[in-house]
Amino acid sequence: MKFAVIVFPGSNCDTDMYHAVKDELGMDAEYVWHDASDLSKFDGILLPGGFSYGDYLRSGAIAQFSNVMSEVVKAAKEGKPVLGVCNGFQILLETGLLPGAMRRNESLKFICQPEELVVENAGTMFTTQYEKGEVISVPVAHGEGNYYCDEETLKALKQNNQIVFTYAENPNGSVEDIAGITNKEGNVLGMMPHPERAVDELLGSKDGLKLFQSIVKSWRERYVAAT
Amino acid sequence: MYKVKVYVTLRESVLDPQGKAVMHSLHKMGQSEVEDVRIGKYLELTLQKGNYDLDEKIVAMCSKLLSNPVIEDYRYEVEEVVAQ
Repeated sequence: MKFAVIVFPGSNCDTDMYHAVKDELGMDAEYVWHDASDLSKFDGILLPGGFSYGDYLRSGAIAQFSNVMSEVVKAAKEGKPVLGVCNGFQILLETGLLPGAMRRNESLKFICQPEELVVENAGTMFTTQYEKGEVISVPVAHGEGNYYCDEETLKALKQNNQIVFTYAENPNGSVEDIAGITNKEGNVLGMMPHPERAVDELLGSKDGLKLFQSIVKSWRERYVAAT
Repeated sequence: MYKVKVYVTLRESVLDPQGKAVMHSLHKMGQSEVEDVRIGKYLELTLQKGNYDLDEKIVAMCSKLLSNPVIEDYRYEVEEVVAQ
């Protein structure tokens, strides 16, 4: 399986993301600069965290118009797995691939600490290796991770099982303790916590590894087993 | 030329923690009459005149990029200016 790690000016978790899939999982991975105009050779797209375009205007707002994003939208429409972590999540929201928006943390503080997450949906292509209700430890590092959506959107998120991760203890004021959601189709996941920073005991936790393993497993079942 | 002044603020229904913090600070200053503070952004755009619908253009820019309609409202003012 071949992953694209999209790099924007200001991305700073790209190396961690690359390490997670390349070194920990042994998959193919490539860094792809934001002005790339073809992602067709990749099977999965990873949008890393950081501060794309310096967070100017709003987090993720400028990135939505970079060249590569129309290709990311295309990949998402084709059903390829698209994972956005932290700033990557913010970009997915601004691009409209996921519903809702991010506000500043309720405390106004940048929060950087391990968080306990509850796996709410173990049926997505990102979570099959977890159990529903499993509590995992994954670090967060954000100033704007306070997820917001209106009542109607929240209802739809619940109805379609789109809420994938919630915080055991809400650190940022996020609606319904939401830490990560997918699109309706289930192939685009945005989450504020950093699974790529939890892939080895040396890092304090390897609970994030199963997320990447789930992506690979789902892909194998869909494409390799079928041929 | 047009000078377009755009004001972006969080929607009324969205809590503004920054505004709240500033309000508390104003209260500590003794400004107890302050009931609410909303913090927003101010943008100034300079546009060439042309064969286009100005309002339509501004609305497109505001709703797609300058503000995020999920959490923000915007309003704008237009001034005609003579190019120097």
